[in-house]
Amino acid sequence: MNQSLRNGADAYLARYQGLRGRLPGDAAIRDAAAAAFSEGGLPSMRDEDWRYTSLRGLAETDFQEPLSAVSTAPILGEAIDAPRLVLVDGRYQPGLSTPPAGVTVTPFSENPYFGRLPDIKCPMAALNTMLAEDGVQLHVAAGVDAGTLVLLSLAPDGHRPIAFHPRHGIHLEAGAKLTVLEISRGQGAYLHNAVTEAVVASGAVLTHIRLQAEGPEAFHVNTTFAEVAERGTYDAFVLTLGARVARTEIHARLIGPHGMVHLNGAQLLGGQQHGDITTVVAHDAPNCGSRQTIKNVLSDRSRGVFQGRIEVARVAQKTDGYQMNQALLLSPHAEIDCKPQLEIYADDVKCSHGATVGELDAEQLFYLRSRGVPDAEARAILVRAFLAEAMDPIAHPGARGLLERAIEQWWEHRP
Amino acid sequence: MLSVNNLAARIEEKEILRGLSLDLPAGQVHAIMGPNGSGKSTLGYVLAGHEGYEVTGGSVTFGDADLLAMEPEARAAAGLFLAFQAPLELPGVNNANFLRTALNAIRRAHGEAELDAVGFLRLARAEAKRLAMPDDMLKRNVNVGFSGGEKKRNEVLQMAILRPKLAVLDETDSGLDIDALRIVADGVNALRGPEFSALVITHHQRLLDHLVPDRVHVLSKGRIVRSGGPELARELEANGYAGVVADAA
Repeated sequence: MNQSLRNGADAYLARYQGLRGRLPGDAAIRDAAAAAFSEGGLPSMRDEDWRYTSLRGLAETDFQEPLSAVSTAPILGEAIDAPRLVLVDGRYQPGLSTPPAGVTVTPFSENPYFGRLPDIKCPMAALNTMLAEDGVQLHVAAGVDAGTLVLLSLAPDGHRPIAFHPRHGIHLEAGAKLTVLEISRGQGAYLHNAVTEAVVASGAVLTHIRLQAEGPEAFHVNTTFAEVAERGTYDAFVLTLGARVARTEIHARLIGPHGMVHLNGAQLLGGQQHGDITTVVAHDAPNCGSRQTIKNVLSDRSRGVFQGRIEVARVAQKTDGYQMNQALLLSPHAEIDCKPQLEIYADDVKCSHGATVGELDAEQLFYLRSRGVPDAEARAILVRAFLAEAMDPIAHPGARGLLERAIEQWWEHRP
Repeated sequence: MLSVNNLAARIEEKEILRGLSLDLPAGQVHAIMGPNGSGKSTLGYVLAGHEGYEVTGGSVTFGDADLLAMEPEARAAAGLFLAFQAPLELPGVNNANFLRTALNAIRRAHGEAELDAVGFLRLARAEAKRLAMPDDMLKRNVNVGFSGGEKKRNEVLQMAILRPKLAVLDETDSGLDIDALRIVADGVNALRGPEFSALVITHHQRLLDHLVPDRVHVLSKGRIVRSGGPELARELEANGYAGVVADAA
């Protein structure tokens, strides 16, 4: 193993040994995660699942514990008119939060429930399990439409490198509905390594929209484990704009018939940013559907990664799976890596995948300019048009507007 | 209005225009006719500023300005409009937003206030109605799923909204039935006036029955080989290009 990755892993293990007595919850679960993490260490590019994403920069940064007792913090970014839960440096801030009716909110620090889905074979999830201190557990009772909830993660300090590993859970009982709009922002160098368990019971609908707008020096790793029961829907969208290195990893499992999973996303990267979206959709029941449309807009020397695996079990007949990864390269130095994987053990399924790479179309650009639209505006129009297919399924008007404004700002302020 | 002087242009290594000269006074409509490959479409693209064509000689004056020194968007702001022979499809771009963006870009360039969505839609709906276009063409993505005739009518709608001083219509009549042809001709005729000129590139006499030109020019091998009045178009329709082109050679 690479020495800097080993040293980085050892530093986290040493931190765990120092904190072990004070961390909340079942020490046996944490010890098992620590053993797994000790064995595998920080993932290296020799690991098949991390072939295109290097965490050396993360390993070589000496991240500290966040300072305790943050009582006030500036809210970065625009205000959103919806009930919200605020975490600062990974710690839940009841004083800054306005929990909605219909959602039971339990801080992880009060009731450290690790969930049953997260898998410590994912090294960054193991690291989270080892060191998680706080996070929020959301619960919506059967049949309740709980509306929209903003989950805001802030790292506002920026003066010293810190690492935090929040542990979230979202549990929707039968027929419940919830939209979670998760926004991550921050300043300076920090590691935001979150794990979320999403359990969608039969007929429930979880819409999970994420805006990752971390600071440009940040590392962002977000691992989600979702389980969808009969006729349930997990509808996820992630917009990756920030961080030096970002990895959004989603494992979604369909366990009852007629379930639906959408994993759509867009990455807009510039400078030397690295953005990785990795998905695993497991069809373990018949008559389910999964849809993935991922769009990458890459400028300068940025690098986008999409790894998408669809697993169709023998029982999962009549599966309808679709996966599309498209990249728009705005610079000759930008790079996209795409790894689709289909593992199909059922014989009556419809599964398709595709990938495209291209530049802005010179003829379309000329058409717009010939109508008086200045070059920069014409390019912006074509980039937005490229993203439209992934954005269009976002039905929530507030979330859609927020993402569109974030994209506009990214375009105006890109390097 | 437009003065083309000894214009030469090529695409990659192929010479297309070889010393083309043309004067189009304000208020006039001129037709450009000629066989396939004579350079008709190239002339339109070069005037609009397509980067794929390299101008190797000559000059073009538009009003008082050196047209060839201007970016495509500046040419549009100065009042030039090219109706494309094959209008581009823009998936993901709403037609009404596209038109409003274009109109407001031109208004901005002139120091005029931008139109808001409501004001723009009022204007666009009125123009669409005059061109017998269904309202839903404004709501669809630009030219996506449009028939050939709808695409051409969409070009004329753009022209009607942007109100250019000089319209270059590149075979806007091709693929149109007689009703659509009349609509296109009416769209151009509606703009006719002392401050409007048009260069109508066409293969056929047919359009010129409805859009009567002041002058007709025959283009062959990148040069104007003959010019005349509207009767020249009828002569070409009856006898073909062979005689005209051979006379000039």
